[in-house]
Amino acid sequence: MSCIQTIQDYALRSIGLGERLLPKSDFTLCQQFTLIGSGMIWNIYFGALALIIGFFIASAVAMGKDARTPWLRKPAEWFIFVFRGSPLFIQFFFAYFLFLKLKQVGVMPWLTSAQAGALVVLILNTAAYSGEIFFGALRAVPRGDLEAADAYGITGWTRFRRITWPTMLRLAWPAYTNEAIFLFHATTLVFLSGFPIWKQKGDALYYAKYFADQTFNPFVPYPILAGYFILLTLAVIGLYGMINKRLNRHLPQEKRRRIRIRPNLIR
Amino acid sequence: MFQYCADPETLEGFKWLSCYLTTGKHMNFYWSFLTVLALLAITAPTALAFGFFGATAARSPVPPLRWLGKAYTSIVRGVPDIAFFLFFVIALDQGFEWMRHQVICPDWSEPIRQGNDFLVCPEAKLPLSTSPQWIHEVYGFFLAVLTFAIVFGAFAANVLFGAMRAVPRGQIETAEAYGMSHRQAFWRVLVPQMWMYALPGLGNLWMILIKATPLLFLLGVEDIVYWARELGGTVNARFTAYPHGDWRMWYFLALLVFYLGFTRVSEIAIERLNRRLLKGQAIVGGGS
Repeated sequence: MSCIQTIQDYALRSIGLGERLLPKSDFTLCQQFTLIGSGMIWNIYFGALALIIGFFIASAVAMGKDARTPWLRKPAEWFIFVFRGSPLFIQFFFAYFLFLKLKQVGVMPWLTSAQAGALVVLILNTAAYSGEIFFGALRAVPRGDLEAADAYGITGWTRFRRITWPTMLRLAWPAYTNEAIFLFHATTLVFLSGFPIWKQKGDALYYAKYFADQTFNPFVPYPILAGYFILLTLAVIGLYGMINKRLNRHLPQEKRRRIRIRPNLIR
Repeated sequence: MFQYCADPETLEGFKWLSCYLTTGKHMNFYWSFLTVLALLAITAPTALAFGFFGATAARSPVPPLRWLGKAYTSIVRGVPDIAFFLFFVIALDQGFEWMRHQVICPDWSEPIRQGNDFLVCPEAKLPLSTSPQWIHEVYGFFLAVLTFAIVFGAFAANVLFGAMRAVPRGQIETAEAYGMSHRQAFWRVLVPQMWMYALPGLGNLWMILIKATPLLFLLGVEDIVYWARELGGTVNARFTAYPHGDWRMWYFLALLVFYLGFTRVSEIAIERLNRRLLKGQAIVGGGS
């Protein structure tokens, strides 16, 4: 079987298109590259959606933690504490069994699928981590900027939208890039925790593990997986770097904040 | 455990619960918490040692050693840690068996990799197929610790490398001006001072390490996640004196609370340690 044929058969296997049966023996490099790459679809799906939706919740959470009234501040603090203080792995397990219970009483049965349920957990998780980052940045917004806004008569919502929020984003962006990278890494946990896999439609790590278990040789599939993730990480850095440039475009060259990767954020 | 537990069917409410929570299997569950703590207690210093060597290697003037150190500190940046966990457990196991194979049976003619199998001579198997169950468990735990130490050593190397660079250049120069050799300046000036800079990063790492312990489950150790799944699942009256429905949600809620408490206590402890280390240092945060 040629490699092109393999790609046609398995490139979209992880979303259920193409050949139904996974290869059983005589694994070729091409099959491993194709299937693990196919699994990356799910990693990107989870990561990208969680980041986009989580971004807005995180902004709200950061605002909440910065609020003066305890009715907003306390819930935001607890939300951040619960999701940052416990392992994501346990959160997945707990959420899955919670969703199972909900399904039994007929509430939102679709949450037991990984595609929806795990996404919800990831959204809340990244909202908590990013919320903490945004909160720190919110506290670091220069007082002078706000006073200048007051002097110009910019107040309330307009001031938030045009001064506070953009400055907060600019300050938080390097740390937030880091968070994005590690969120993508965290997506590999989804199918290892309680969430079931239907018809062997899994993520990249699932297929890598499949090959490693079948061939009893970890030295091929895991480096392939690593390669894919390094590409993904580079793509994230590139994209976030572009946004970072845009956020900083009004500043003189030497004051711009650079993105540095710090591996300090597994969950 | 208790006297009144002899006949569980007659029990009600709190008494039933007290008996249920003290069955033999639950004792295993509680022991597995100690497994987690043992893992932390062994891994943390080992990872720190790995990290220290990694960081020193990355600063080394000898190029190959420096490249090795740099590569080690950067492996965890782009790749999910969980992939490393799954990879190292098999890779280390096969590595050990392969080495033993080379030493113990040098005249074994067949290839080790036959298709989808990894075959070494029976004497080189680890642990030996004749050894008792507990040896297998200890070996599995040992592999898990080593895997954790390698991965977290890379994180620690990163932190320590940064901390060594953060020590002001003048300090080393002063040491050299006093006639200390490179080695002396390193051990007497650089190392004692770097801890202050490393502590925030190491504290962070400790939290990450705590939160990574449930991954033990994926390495095949019977840890708290394993027992929570075992005990929480539905059991009917045929197999146990304490039948119940699907309680896995509550077991995982308990684990969640355990981890929240653990990280909170650690946070406070690290904060205190930090304040003590800052004492007397000539920086903004250091009081008198």
